Amino acid sequence: MTAQMLSLSLTVNGLEHVLNVESRRTLAEVLREDLQLTGTHLGCEHGVCGACTVIIDGAAARSCLVLGAQCDGSHVETVESLAADGELHPIQRAMIDHHGFQCAFCSPGFLMSIKALADDDPDMSKEQIREELSGNLCRCTGYASILAGAEAAFDVISKRNKLNSIEETKNA
Amino acid sequence: MKMRAFEYHRPETLAEALAVLAEFGGDAKVIAGGQSLVPMMAMRLSTPDHLVDISRISGLDEIKLADGRLTIGAMVRHAAAFSNDLVATTAPLVHAALPHIGHRAIRNRGTVCGSLAHADPAAELPAVARALDAEFVVANAHGIRLIPAHEFFLGYLTADVGDGEMVTEVRFPIAAANAVVSVQEVSRRHGDFALAGCVAQLSIAPNGTIETAALALFGVDATPYRSAAAEAELVGNMSTSEVFANAATKMTADLNPAADNHGSTAYRRHLAGVLVRRALADAASKFSLTIGALA
Repeated sequence: MTAQMLSLSLTVNGLEHVLNVESRRTLAEVLREDLQLTGTHLGCEHGVCGACTVIIDGAAARSCLVLGAQCDGSHVETVESLAADGELHPIQRAMIDHHGFQCAFCSPGFLMSIKALADDDPDMSKEQIREELSGNLCRCTGYASILAGAEAAFDVISKRNKLNSIEETKNA
Repeated sequence: MKMRAFEYHRPETLAEALAVLAEFGGDAKVIAGGQSLVPMMAMRLSTPDHLVDISRISGLDEIKLADGRLTIGAMVRHAAAFSNDLVATTAPLVHAALPHIGHRAIRNRGTVCGSLAHADPAAELPAVARALDAEFVVANAHGIRLIPAHEFFLGYLTADVGDGEMVTEVRFPIAAANAVVSVQEVSRRHGDFALAGCVAQLSIAPNGTIETAALALFGVDATPYRSAAAEAELVGNMSTSEVFANAATKMTADLNPAADNHGSTAYRRHLAGVLVRRALADAASKFSLTIGALA
């Protein structure tokens, strides 16, 4: 079986790309090799560690378990989308404040998992956050600092959403 | 590892998909969510020459009631099934089992029918399908076969889906209005496949008599394990811990789970009995809550 090349249209972090990729390429490989977006890390490459987590069409997914071909026409968000205009995203800031990064190999996966969860339900309980993040493995922090950072991030996002809705009510 | 090269097909219609499957037979594999298949391909345990992506076929992502059954199409993802009200109300055991599958990122992509066709003996949904007497619709280019759950699971990672065939939907009977359910399992780490697990659905009369009982174990045999003797022990008897213990004894009497480095045969058999009791007690406690709410 010789390699089959496919044309693929993919919107990544708001930019549309048309690519010619091998059909066996995973989304993680497309991001890293074809688009040079190496923020997405590949750990186990079979869906166990969560390091490669990205957001596909609004839902968190493991980019090592999805073929690029399956994402034709999809919108993908990676860790590179978090910081904007030289400002860290509140999740990144909260993780730094709580020493949630050590070697940081797992961090892109944690950040994108937290982003997807907080977008979905910023008022999630500590127990739920802990449960939800059990799909991301870290081999150095012992998790306490990551969970502290994640809880702080949820807190910031929840407060920001509440302020925004008060503003909207005022302006209405 | 890099997966072996293959030719990727993305049919727009079911007829087209079945034609591709008919052409390439055993050299083709269907990919829906890919959450079991892609890791197997990444480890080269599965090396199909042709991959048939069914995600763009319209209609396969439907959840609907038809002929008194809940029908879940081949492209319905775990997350979509979990948040669907029809599933929660008409197949509460399916709803209860879904959060036990992997992690959220897996459930966002993986499909109900994909999990069933993968037939992992330690997975929750095959046990649910077996306990509830679900029915599978398996299609090929010439027509369909309807396969009851007790004939569908053939062995370790093997379901009755032949070359050129694919599962197009699974049909679950609608649960009685007074059905109470429970899913109990023990795994080494959260999200891992279970060392043993039990799914249970009971309906209990207002006076506490068990009217119907459906139970299946997973992780203890090559296919989901059901015991008519255990269910007979429950039906007609009062919902008490003594009756549950008797059912657990019947359920595990002939059980001979394989030993591996996670647990011995004796440990797994013991665990299965404990989980049967827990599942029955947990389901029954929900019945008491319902009665409490009505009172």
